[in-house]
This record gives sequence, C-alpha cells and structure tokens, in this order.
Amino acid sequence: MNSVVISVIYITVGVMFTAGALASVYRVVRGPSLIDRVIASDVLLTTLILAAGVEMVYNGHTRSIPLMVALAATAVLGSIAVARHVSPKDSAKANP
Amino acid sequence: MSFDDILDIVSAVLVLGGAFLTLAAGVGLIRFPDALSGLHAATKPQVLGLILVVLAIAIEARSWTTLLTLVPVVLFQMLVAPTAAHMIGRAGYRTGDFRPELSLVDDLADDIDLATREADRSPRRQRS
Amino acid sequence: MTEPANERELRQEARASIVHQLPLLFALVVLWMLLWGAVSWLNLVTGLILAVVVTRVFYLPPVELSGRFNPFWLAVFVGQFFAELFVASFQVAFLALRPRRISKNSIVEVQLRTRSDLIMTIVALAMSLMPGSFVIESDRMRSRIYLHALNTKDLEGVEDVRTKTLQLERLLVRSFGSLDDIERTRK
Repeated sequence: MNSVVISVIYITVGVMFTAGALASVYRVVRGPSLIDRVIASDVLLTTLILAAGVEMVYNGHTRSIPLMVALAATAVLGSIAVARHVSPKDSAKANP
Repeated sequence: MSFDDILDIVSAVLVLGGAFLTLAAGVGLIRFPDALSGLHAATKPQVLGLILVVLAIAIEARSWTTLLTLVPVVLFQMLVAPTAAHMIGRAGYRTGDFRPELSLVDDLADDIDLATREADRSPRRQRS
Repeated sequence: MTEPANERELRQEARASIVHQLPLLFALVVLWMLLWGAVSWLNLVTGLILAVVVTRVFYLPPVELSGRFNPFWLAVFVGQFFAELFVASFQVAFLALRPRRISKNSIVEVQLRTRSDLIMTIVALAMSLMPGSFVIESDRMRSRIYLHALNTKDLEGVEDVRTKTLQLERLLVRSFGSLDDIERTRK
C-alpha cells in the first residue's frame, strides 16, 4: 500500500512538472515582449534544476549534484546579459 | 511501517511541494497581467521549491554530506535569483513593459519625476 | 622620498584590509569544501590558494563591519526569514492558481535607517527573496529601496510591505549593525 501511495505522489509530481514546463514554454513562444520571454526561460531553467533533483530522489542516486550546482550558479548570466542590452523598442508596446 | 518507509514518504511529500510550486510558477507566468507581476510568480516560489527538493535528496540519500554538498546550490540560487529579478525588473520598468493602470502606488515614478524636475532647474540656475 | 609616517599608515592600512578580508577568505574556503563535499588538508590548501587568487584578481572594496555581533538576533532573523519565505511562497502560489485575477500592484519606496551598505544589501536580498516583492531600484546615497509589491489591494497592503522591510532591517541591525544604527532604528 505504501509503494502505491508513493507511485501516486510521483505521478502527480511528474504531471505538475510537465505542466509547469509547458506553461513557461508557452510564454517563451508567445512573448509578447523580450522581458516576458527572458523571465519564462529563467523559470524553465529552474524547473530543469528541480527536475534533475527529483530524478535523483526517485532513482536514489546523487550523481547529478554537480549539474545542479553548475546550473544554479550560471542560471542568471543569460538574464543579466539580456537585461543589460534590452532597449525600449523591445517592449510589448513597440511591437504588439 | 518501518522508519525507512516514513523517510521515503517524507521525501516524496517534499518533492510534491516543490512540484506544486513549480506548477504555480508556470501558471502565474501565464495568468499574471504584466511582465513585472510575472516576475514574482517566476523567481521566488521556486527558491522554496529548490530548498524542499534539496531536503528530499538528502533524506533519500540518508546522508549529511549530501546535504552539505547541496548547500551551495541553494546558496547560489538565493544570491542569484534576486539579482536576476532586480536586473530584469529594472529593465522592464524602463522599457515600459508594465501596465501603469495596474499600480496602486508608484513612488518611483513620483521620485523620478521630482529628480528630473530638479535636474532641469539646477543647470539653468547655474547658467544665469 | 616617502615620509616614514606615511609609510607606516600605508602598512597599517594594508594590515587592516587583510583583517577585513579574513571573513571573506574563510567563507570562500568553506564554500570550496562544500563543493567537494569533504573536509581534508588538500581541500584546505587548494581552497586557500584559490581564495587568495580570487580575492586578488577580482578585487572588491572591503566591506565595513561594525565589529558588533549578536548571534541571537541573527538567529531570529534567519528564523523569521525562512518562516515568511515558506508562508509567502504558498501565498503567491495560491494567488496564481485561484480563479480571481490579482487586483493591483504597487511600487513602494522604503526609507531605510541604516547607513551600512552591507545591511542595506542584505535587506534588499531578503525582500527580493520574499515572494510578493522584489527590489526594482535602489538609492544608496539616501539608503532608499524601491520595492515592486504584488497584489496590494489598498494602502494598508502598501504599508504592510514597508513595515515588513523595516522589521527585517531592525533585526539585522541588532545582530551586526553599529551602535549608531541601533540608536537610529529605535525611533
């Protein structure tokens, strides 16, 4: 009975992660502004970090920890680069 | 039910919490009206989600060393997420990527207004 | 032709900067050991070498510490921070999932009372990590931060954000702020 509960929890977890990732992909594709897309891709990356962690919990190993560390440390570089070079003409109002 | 089973369930529940926060971040991204409110949904609930998942990993591995190796992950994320939010938020504010009719109070616009007016006034006084 | 007094001053300054950098070096070595997941002599030596190289190559102006430290208030700060992080995360999550849309946001100016850059930075970081608010702009000269706050229904909600920020500031000042700052935050 115990393992059934745990499988149900992990199936729910999988569905939730998929839905969250799809939602951010939708935002990346639809925009409308550059800022929206950057924020959404940031969420996608964090979702990836979390998914790597959950996979470790599920399969009971710790080999992906370096991946998590590297991703967590470098995740911002992309958003900061974009934020530095974004200009008013990239806003949603300029190109609706 | 053994102690091991209880730990398994605890870590599963922690993972469930992290997944819920991720889902909420995605939904908030779609449903919040402008980019700046989307930023709230995006960056923050996931910090807690990360903490929960990290705890789950350490519990599942039953090791303190694993927990300590994972501390930098949380640390980096906690230092880096506010920086990203600030940079993106500021850029979004300046490019006008938010809907002014959505803000109840905007102290920043008032202060920028005041500063520009002061800056406009002072050079003229110097010149005369 | 340098004056001896000047030279002595310079040497004192150099020694002071080394002392100021010790906490940073220590933190970097600890971080290095955490990354490797083991405490060993090899890690200690390589960590120390790397820390010195990193602090020399990427030089930052030393952080001014007040010399006061109260672990009790720091513990209160950390505890309150994580408690609020937990509550606020789920609040924002429910805000995203509930059927009704969010009403209004605000950009709130908070006038901090501390004069310390470090405390101002930590307050800004902590408020940015709280779901529901992030720092959109800061004014270091006037120690002011501008927070973007999510879903402030009325002016009371705006005032809540302000109170929360000042409360965190007071806890931080009590744990390692200068006596001057403590006097100022009491008002």
